[in-house]
Amino acid sequence: MLEKDLVIVGGGPAGMAAAISAYENGVSDILLLERDQYLGGILNQCVHTGFGISYFKEVLTGPEYSGRFINKVKAIDKIEISLKSFAVNLTKDKILTFIKPGLIQKLKAKALIMATGARERTREMLHIPGARPAGIFSAGLAQKLINIEGLLPGKEVVIAGSGDIGLIMARRFVLEGAKVKAVIEIQKQARGLVRNVVQCVEDFEIPFYLQHKISRIYGKNRVERIDVARVDENFQEIAGTKFQLECDTLLISVGLIPENELIEMAQAKMDKKTNTPVSNELNKTSIAGLFVCGNAFRIYDLVDSVTKDSVLAGRQAAEYLIRGSGRTIPAGLK
Amino acid sequence: MNKNLTCIECPKSCELIVDIENCRVVKVSGNQCNAGESYCLAEIENPMRVLTSAVLGEGLALKMIPVRTDRPLPKAKLLEAMAEIKKIRINKPVKPGDVIVNNFLGLGVDLIATRECL
Repeated sequence: MLEKDLVIVGGGPAGMAAAISAYENGVSDILLLERDQYLGGILNQCVHTGFGISYFKEVLTGPEYSGRFINKVKAIDKIEISLKSFAVNLTKDKILTFIKPGLIQKLKAKALIMATGARERTREMLHIPGARPAGIFSAGLAQKLINIEGLLPGKEVVIAGSGDIGLIMARRFVLEGAKVKAVIEIQKQARGLVRNVVQCVEDFEIPFYLQHKISRIYGKNRVERIDVARVDENFQEIAGTKFQLECDTLLISVGLIPENELIEMAQAKMDKKTNTPVSNELNKTSIAGLFVCGNAFRIYDLVDSVTKDSVLAGRQAAEYLIRGSGRTIPAGLK
Repeated sequence: MNKNLTCIECPKSCELIVDIENCRVVKVSGNQCNAGESYCLAEIENPMRVLTSAVLGEGLALKMIPVRTDRPLPKAKLLEAMAEIKKIRINKPVKPGDVIVNNFLGLGVDLIATRECL
C-alpha cells in the first residue's frame, strides 16, 4: 500500500497552515488533499475585509489572506497537493481512502491532520414550521452563489439568525440591489461581531429584531412570506406580538457544525453534542497521530486564530513523527 | 454633545464615546488603539468604507473575480460604486493587487483584484 508520512485533509486556511508548519518542522513527505478544484477553502467566497489583522497586522479580504498561504504551499516541493480529492474513509490504523476523478486511492498515513472545517446549521435544525418552498438558503450558500457563481438568489430577503456570515450577507444583498427586510435573532444579543452589526446592518438601516423568531414560513413554490413573533426569556412566542413580512428569500445564519465524520469512522472518541473530538489538548484526538485543527476542532471567530492553532497542529504532527522514528525532538521547533 | 459609536476597524469592536462640539470631534474615549480616534473623526465628519465585491470575468478560469477598493471611499458613494462595478468585465489574467480601475469614479481610490485568476 502507498505510504505517506503525513496526510492533511482539507486545503483551507487550517490545512495549509498545518502543512507549511509540518514542513518547517522537518516533515518532508506531505500529501495535502482538497476536494475543491482550488486551494483556499471557504475564504475564497469571503470577499469582504477583516482578515489578517492579528496574523499579518494588515486588513485583508478572504481571498487575499488565503492567497498568501496558497503561494507558500505551492512553493514547497515536499508538499504534494492533490485537488478534486475527496476523502471517503478512514480507519483507526490511519488508512485513508480518497476519490478523485478517475481514481480511488487507499493509503497508509503515519500521521494525519484533519482540517475538514465545518458546515452550516440548516432550517431543519431550527424547527421552523410551515411550507417547504424554494428560496430558503444557508447564508454561506447564498454567499457562494453571489461571490463565486455570480448569481443573485433573491430580491426580498429576510435573514434568520445574526451569525457573522448572515450579517455580511445582509450587506452583500443590499449592494447587489436586493432589499433586506429584516435580520431576526432569537437571543438578546447579536451572535456575530458588533462591528458587523454596525457596518452591515446599521449602515444600510436594515431592521434588526432581537428576541424575535420566525414562527412560520409560507409559500407554494417559492417563499412568499413569514410570520415573526417576539419571544420571552424561554424563547416562547409571546401572544399578540406576531407580524408578517413578505419576502422571496430566507437566509439561515445560526452557526456552524464541525465536520468530523471521518474521525468518527476511525472510532475516535466524539462529543456528540458539539460533533468534535473528545480531547484534553488542542488539536488532539483519542487516536495517537490523528490530529484535528481549525473549525473541525472547534468553531473559531477569526481565521487568524485558526492559522495560529493550525501552525501548532503541524508542529504536533512533526513531533509525533520524529518520536515514532526513534529520534529525539530537536530544540527550536517552530 | 456625546455620541456612542462602535469602532469597526478590527474585531475587538471597541465601544467609543465621542465628544462633539460644533460638528467637530474634540475627544474620543474607550478606544484601545489609535485607529479608534481616526475612525471617529471620519465617522462624524465623512464616514468612509472599503468596498468589496466581485467582477465578471470573460474567458477566464473564474466566473467572478473578487475586487476591493485599495482605500476607503465615502459611505454615501457605495451604491453608485456598485452600479459601476456591474458594468466592468475582466478579460485578462490578474493577480491580487492588480489595478482593475484607476481612480475609481474619480474618488482617488483604485479598484484592485483580490484573487489570482488565470
